Amino acid sequence: MSTAPGNPPNGAIATENLCRHYRMGETLIRAVDGVSLEVRAGEFVALLGSSGSGKSSVLNLIAGLDRPTSGSVVVQGKDLARLSREELAKYRLHVVGMVFQSFNLIASMTLAENVELPLRFAEVDRGKRASLAQAALERVGLKARMNHRPSELSGGEQQRAALARALINRPQLLLADEPTGNLDSHTGTEIMDLLREFNERLGMTVVMVTHERALAERYARRMIFLADGKLIDDRVNVPTTAAAEVSGVQR
Amino acid sequence: MKIPDLTELALRNLRESLLRNSLTTIGISVGVASLVAMLSLGIGLQQMASRRLGKSGLFDTVIVSSRRDLRSMGREEERNGPAPGESRILDEAARQEIERLPNVLEAYPDIRFITELRYEDMPHLTTVSAMPASYKSNDAFDGMQGSYFSSDTAPEAILQKSFAEELLGKTPKLGAPDPNVADLAAPLLGKELVMRYAQRETTSSSQAASASPLSSPSSSSAAEGLAGAAYSVVSREQKLKIVGVSDLDPESMRGPTRAKVFLPLKLAESLHVMQPTDLREVSRAASDQPVYSSVSVRVTKPSQVQKVEDAIKKMGFTTFSILDASRSIQTFFRVLDVFLGIFGSLALAVASIGIVNTLVMAILERRREIGIMKAIGASDSDVKKLFFAEAGAMGILGGLVGVALGWGIGRLINAGTNVYLRSQSLPADNFWAVPWWLVVFAICFAFLVSLISGLYPAGRAARLDPVQALRYE
Repeated sequence: MSTAPGNPPNGAIATENLCRHYRMGETLIRAVDGVSLEVRAGEFVALLGSSGSGKSSVLNLIAGLDRPTSGSVVVQGKDLARLSREELAKYRLHVVGMVFQSFNLIASMTLAENVELPLRFAEVDRGKRASLAQAALERVGLKARMNHRPSELSGGEQQRAALARALINRPQLLLADEPTGNLDSHTGTEIMDLLREFNERLGMTVVMVTHERALAERYARRMIFLADGKLIDDRVNVPTTAAAEVSGVQR
Repeated sequence: MKIPDLTELALRNLRESLLRNSLTTIGISVGVASLVAMLSLGIGLQQMASRRLGKSGLFDTVIVSSRRDLRSMGREEERNGPAPGESRILDEAARQEIERLPNVLEAYPDIRFITELRYEDMPHLTTVSAMPASYKSNDAFDGMQGSYFSSDTAPEAILQKSFAEELLGKTPKLGAPDPNVADLAAPLLGKELVMRYAQRETTSSSQAASASPLSSPSSSSAAEGLAGAAYSVVSREQKLKIVGVSDLDPESMRGPTRAKVFLPLKLAESLHVMQPTDLREVSRAASDQPVYSSVSVRVTKPSQVQKVEDAIKKMGFTTFSILDASRSIQTFFRVLDVFLGIFGSLALAVASIGIVNTLVMAILERRREIGIMKAIGASDSDVKKLFFAEAGAMGILGGLVGVALGWGIGRLINAGTNVYLRSQSLPADNFWAVPWWLVVFAICFAFLVSLISGLYPAGRAARLDPVQALRYE
């Protein structure tokens, strides 16, 4: 594994002139076009932009699901562009936890099985797996439903299960792609509260993609705006609603 | 991923689309079943053939003859054997010498002569030959009614089925079904036959004949020899008890079984029956030593036949064995097995296309699932292994079911054929065999074929781009 110069602190992300171009027939689509940004460990960052702005593409590049056309993504001192496919899979398994707008639970598996799936890839022993999965589901308040299949649950419950799955390998980085996009505002708030809890209690770095500015303003400490694959604004945000209460807890 | 996890996930995935995967697995089973049925038939036929031929004593027997007796030789021997004049005389001394060769079990003379047998005062002219006691275990007498000779010197006879018919005055009608051996044997067993034969008796003045050296290289002709002949021919009678009626076709075999009436060997030897060779050999052999037209040599193992043949040839005799025939039979069965195997495998080849199809369909269906697994940390090889495991599980399941099915089909065919054979009053036989290695081989082969079939789908699944796969609804 290659190490980028400077070796930023644990959990931190640094992209340098990051580009992801697609070719669609004759036209070249510049989904990400020269984005340079830095995320410090323990930050809660919102990536904002309208659809097609490239925010999801940036998230996929950080998640190691995609490779940049040019530029670099350095996470925990590793340049993802230079990792082999196998190393990238290990990175996704151990460093990153991910939640999606459409939950992406495997329909044929129960919640417990879904949650413990990353542990199977990590070759964790069977007995240990069950207790870890149970603990993770307990943390998101779904222990009672661990033997249900995703289709038997509400959207909010499914997303909570997805969060439990993202947590199971204790990643430093939690990447969320429109996590509340398919939820009503009440359950959306529940999910966001969980994200904030993970960020604050577990010290996970959270990068959330959303097109809802209000949501970002309520939870994120920093807002990065993208348009047409380019970074157009990067500003510090003081979380609104729960800010006082959260800071109160911290003090 | 660990193998138990892989197996568990693979089986779970197979259960998810139960109908499709069951159909694919049944396809494999049918393929394996046809392979097993075909090969077990080939193996069974081969085993039956070698069992029969082995027991018939043809593959471990060398027939030795002197070059002097040209009639008993095939054309090939005439071309490459020693010149007739240089050949040794096949007498008792030579027989004993042959018997002492390594790997030789026994060497017994072939005694065969044509003589008259009387049954209920009716004369019948026929070929009589002598059988050593070792023929008791011979497959040739499997279908025999009655029993084998009680001893090697007992005045007993075993009749050929056709001769039994003759004795009973039943001439087979054209087109009529063959009479049952048991029906023929019933009125004959225990009855008496009187054999009238010509005995060769050495006269007291025969000493002149012994002057002729044993290894004489002389080119003396039969005419010369006849001048020194010193024996008389006496007409004798011997009573024989019929102990068995055999179901053997006299023309089907070479050697001593080509006769219609069989006598115990030692009895036949003691009778000193005039044999056709006597006329020509007598002058050269020691008069009190019998001379044989041919001697059958039984070898310990068929693999030793060649060595024994070579040793006997060195002694100056010509030999014949059907080793070459057995080689070509083996080749035939090998070719048969290959053909049966290829035909059997065809169904498996079709089934393997079914596996490819099923797995490619599964990839399309589970594209999103593959994307999810990759997003949460599955490596290419995890995904590949999972599809391999699914293919392999279908292969092993199909293999197990297929072996059982093939076994059943074979049993059924065997049973059905035996019912038919029995209805034709032929002995039932097991011409179908599933050795344990065929079971292991069939399952491994099914597994291997499935893995090969899974190669392309698994590779395709592993290469899926997770971003694209996750976008897929």
